[in-house]
Amino acid sequence: MTSDGNVPTAAGPAPAKQYIRKMPADWWLKKPAYTRYMVREMTCLFVGGYAMFLLMLIARLDKPEEFAALLANPVAIALQLIALPMAIYHSVTWFNLTPKVLVIWRGEEKVPGILIAGAHYAGWLAVSAGLVYFAISGGADG
Amino acid sequence: MAATDTRAAQKTMKLEVFRYLPDNGAEPEFQEYEVPYRDDWVVLDALNHIKDEIDGTLAYRWSCRMGVCGSCGMMVNGEAKLTCSAFLRDYYPQPIKVEPLNYFPVIRDLVINMDGFIDQLSEVKAWLIPAEEKSIDDGEYLQTPAELAKYKQYTMCINCMLCYSACPVFGQHPNFIGPAAIALAQRYNLDSRDGGADERAEVIFSDEGIWECTFVGECSEVCPKNVDPAGAIQMAKVTATNDWFKSFLMPKGGKKSGSKKSGGKK
Repeated sequence: MTSDGNVPTAAGPAPAKQYIRKMPADWWLKKPAYTRYMVREMTCLFVGGYAMFLLMLIARLDKPEEFAALLANPVAIALQLIALPMAIYHSVTWFNLTPKVLVIWRGEEKVPGILIAGAHYAGWLAVSAGLVYFAISGGADG
Repeated sequence: MAATDTRAAQKTMKLEVFRYLPDNGAEPEFQEYEVPYRDDWVVLDALNHIKDEIDGTLAYRWSCRMGVCGSCGMMVNGEAKLTCSAFLRDYYPQPIKVEPLNYFPVIRDLVINMDGFIDQLSEVKAWLIPAEEKSIDDGEYLQTPAELAKYKQYTMCINCMLCYSACPVFGQHPNFIGPAAIALAQRYNLDSRDGGADERAEVIFSDEGIWECTFVGECSEVCPKNVDPAGAIQMAKVTATNDWFKSFLMPKGGKKSGSKKSGGKK
């Protein structure tokens, strides 16, 4: 790389007085992509919160009244109402990133990213449909 | 370039340029310049105009002017760009703010200190370490098109460091090995002729390597060559994780890509 004439280059000695810029605390508000990233990271709190809620439900599996009381608890209902959109945002953003992580080669061609992400969405749909079916039919007599 | 000034009713636009002069002891400030507006000019043309016609003290790096050398990366209105590829017409008539690449120490004006990046390239051994040494008489190291395809994308890196300036992780942890260096390590790890994965593993699988990355993904967005360093890092995480599991299941024969250390934090 060439550089402007009077400027020390990478090969030269370290310059004496460098200016270090501080990263502003609101860096993640400066660009929508950074904000979306921070929201994605933040959603994990709600996914984790819902997981705790599920564990509490499981702990009450043998006590139907307590189980029902926990489900009907206003705090629990509020948590579920917030956790659902958060979990959907979490899943969608991560599923959209799967083609970068899971790269499958067919000879000289990569399997298109839309197929990789699509497979994840299809799996999500299948599991959700299975759960709904279980809740309506098999789960009803439990 | 001066010939354009003779045109009647020349349109102009403003450039706000980051100035830092280490010798005068002052804090950096933005200096405003008025440059001719031409729809075929890029930000680098405007900087060259300033340097030639208005203020010869302005310092910045550039070389090829055609998106190949990777020298002219700067923050243009807060976005990491090659200034040779950032057209004035995409900003006109709003003023354009030009700053040195984010997160790097500034030597002067728009010139950053890239020594850290150069050191990283040698730390990750971003060069071919032949799997088997052959003499010239033994002929070439042959490779199929499918083997070439696995790493070709990463060879496109021009070391412009835009990815570092888009990476908030690098902003907060200057020791992070960083997107381009890891992508270039992957470029050789994925090369069928290379046998150096073991030697690179310790650095790129360390906490300052791939596990520092939280997959913001903006490195790939700003990359002018579609190298996709974010993808390279995630694929390296998968490799490291697989190796870690294999080291449990098959303590002797499971190691493939050679992560000597464990997968680290996840």
